[in-house]
Amino acid sequence: MTLQFNDETFRGDYSYFNTEHAIKRLPFPFDRDEYVYSVNIEAHPGGPKGSPFEFRFDVDEHYVSEMKDRAITLDDDPLRCQSLPHMELAGWDLLEIIMVSKAEDYTDLFTLHRDGNRWHWINRPLGIEQRFTFLDPTTLPCGPMEYITRQTQGDFALLHERDGNLWMDAGMVTSQADWSLDFDIGMNFFEWHAPVPKAKQMGVFDKALKFLLAMQQGQSYRRLNWTMTVNPRLDTSPENYHKWGPEKRTITPENVGRKQHLRIELQSFWRLPRSNAIAFPIRCYLACLEDICTQPKWGRRLHRVLRDIDPTLAEYKGFAVNQDMIVNYLSQFDDGAPTSPGIFPDA
Amino acid sequence: MSKQMMLEVTEVEPLTPLVTRFRFEHPEKAPLPIFSGGAHVVVEMPDGEMLRRNAYSLISDPNDASGYEIAVRREETGRGGSRYMHSEVTPGTRMRISVPTNLFALDPRARKHVLIAGGIGITPFLSHLRQLDLLQQPFELHYAARSRDEAAGLKLLPKSARIHVQISDEGNRMDLGEILTDQPIGTHVYVCGPEGLISAVLDAAARHGWPKGALHSEAFASPPPGKPFTVTLAKSGRTIEVSASQSLLEALEAAKVEIDWSCRGGACGRCETKVAACDGQIEHNDHWLSRDERAEQKKIMPCMSRFTGAALVLDL
Ligand code: FES
Repeated sequence: MTLQFNDETFRGDYSYFNTEHAIKRLPFPFDRDEYVYSVNIEAHPGGPKGSPFEFRFDVDEHYVSEMKDRAITLDDDPLRCQSLPHMELAGWDLLEIIMVSKAEDYTDLFTLHRDGNRWHWINRPLGIEQRFTFLDPTTLPCGPMEYITRQTQGDFALLHERDGNLWMDAGMVTSQADWSLDFDIGMNFFEWHAPVPKAKQMGVFDKALKFLLAMQQGQSYRRLNWTMTVNPRLDTSPENYHKWGPEKRTITPENVGRKQHLRIELQSFWRLPRSNAIAFPIRCYLACLEDICTQPKWGRRLHRVLRDIDPTLAEYKGFAVNQDMIVNYLSQFDDGAPTSPGIFPDA
Repeated sequence: MSKQMMLEVTEVEPLTPLVTRFRFEHPEKAPLPIFSGGAHVVVEMPDGEMLRRNAYSLISDPNDASGYEIAVRREETGRGGSRYMHSEVTPGTRMRISVPTNLFALDPRARKHVLIAGGIGITPFLSHLRQLDLLQQPFELHYAARSRDEAAGLKLLPKSARIHVQISDEGNRMDLGEILTDQPIGTHVYVCGPEGLISAVLDAAARHGWPKGALHSEAFASPPPGKPFTVTLAKSGRTIEVSASQSLLEALEAAKVEIDWSCRGGACGRCETKVAACDGQIEHNDHWLSRDERAEQKKIMPCMSRFTGAALVLDL
């Protein structure tokens, strides 16, 4: 099936929508009826055909509009894309891995011809055709990381490994869940994770860091994370809190089903071959409560998860002010029946 | 455990009477994953009853996907891995090789790279040199070896005014003080070779006021042989004998006990194992555990470390 791309917006009139097909393939982040913070890492890619886990870099119906939204955000604030000088080789690594993967996984959308270092890239959905010399930045309109991440859904952080730690030394961040590249750039793993409540006491980060440092090329991994956002807005950055923060107050019992979105992050981890850096793509999927509740299993489960969640986490995930309204809305979809294990909807 | 490939040995070339170069290629000539300077692979050797796995630095061009090359020094007193490579492996031999892993990468922030190698410790620098060439970053290399027999690098190093060789049998010694003074700010130092050289470099650097973050070292470690010993597994109650020429990790693997590993040289931390009880002395040969952790004797790195004493019980 060739993909149809939605014409939609992530700001202003928020015309973003999910087709039924997109809803069914959402990476729903809860595999049971409760939520506990965990590292929950598994090998990536790999998953049912058609799921967002099938390919290395998932391309879906929101691709073209998401890339337009990224361009708007970058026009307003070029610092959303930064790369310290020593990260250029990692940028080429990322460009290579994405171009090669997309051309292999989506033959109808992307094509890559390589003749030694002379490369020819065709991106049909965005109408881009580029001939360039691999590893020669003067042959691209911008740096390699910026070039490829303007054509790839999700935020990206490139982590440099040194002194037994990981440092966020480059990134493209326009759809972040309330964190700031400009603030975090140059920080190490523990510094940029500092705000996550509970996890520190649990020693989760020591384990996660150890795991990441031991990661080898050719073995990539993923985990799911989630938060809640009012309106389908990609750019929920601290810099723009004044634009989206007040929207939390627009939720009413009548509109909560359409306005309140579950924001799912599909994070993946890649050891890059040439630079030995680690790439950390964070892909965002948005679905309003109404969308979620079209799948009875998800409606029941989300109700139980959000009803019983630890209050500090409700605060951290940004929905404590609306928790009652959300749980009330969801309760109509929970008949108390048991749910099946795993994240996928019942057929 | 790492992802592996079955590759074919295509070249075996003695570089010196002690050191041999091996080249591996894919049997169907498929491209191999490219890598970064300083990376190593783990080579699997089915040595009789035993499966040995040794880590070797890649010495070929990181950007060349057509094959991987390593240089192996024959260690008469070692556990037997290097003897196996020298006596059993010929062109056409197929061997299982892990994907490259890097525990000794160049720091790309450096303004200049000073590389210091001792003996067979030259190997990771051979791929570093190619990467430096590609990135066009300034460097100098100082290479000390006891004798020309040991100095495998001589055949593989390009001629360059930035490469300095000292053969101690010929009365030449490396002057660390001189190397470490008058380097531009932002220089990073990398040292690989025997324990003694590494500590000499790190000490001299400390005396000359070098910042810790600018010093990088890779001990050229393969597990040392030692006296046989016995370990007990707490969960199953099994006892396992570790022979003189086996590492604890190899003995556990031979007994089909699953242990995670990556470097097999005491550097990556993957094989860390909890000790349930210890009546005796753990010989910590790794570079992973801190001084305090060693003293506590509550953890052991089975890839490198051994034990002498009455009883060692592992939490496995
Ligand atoms: S395997 Fe790396 S420390 Fe033991």
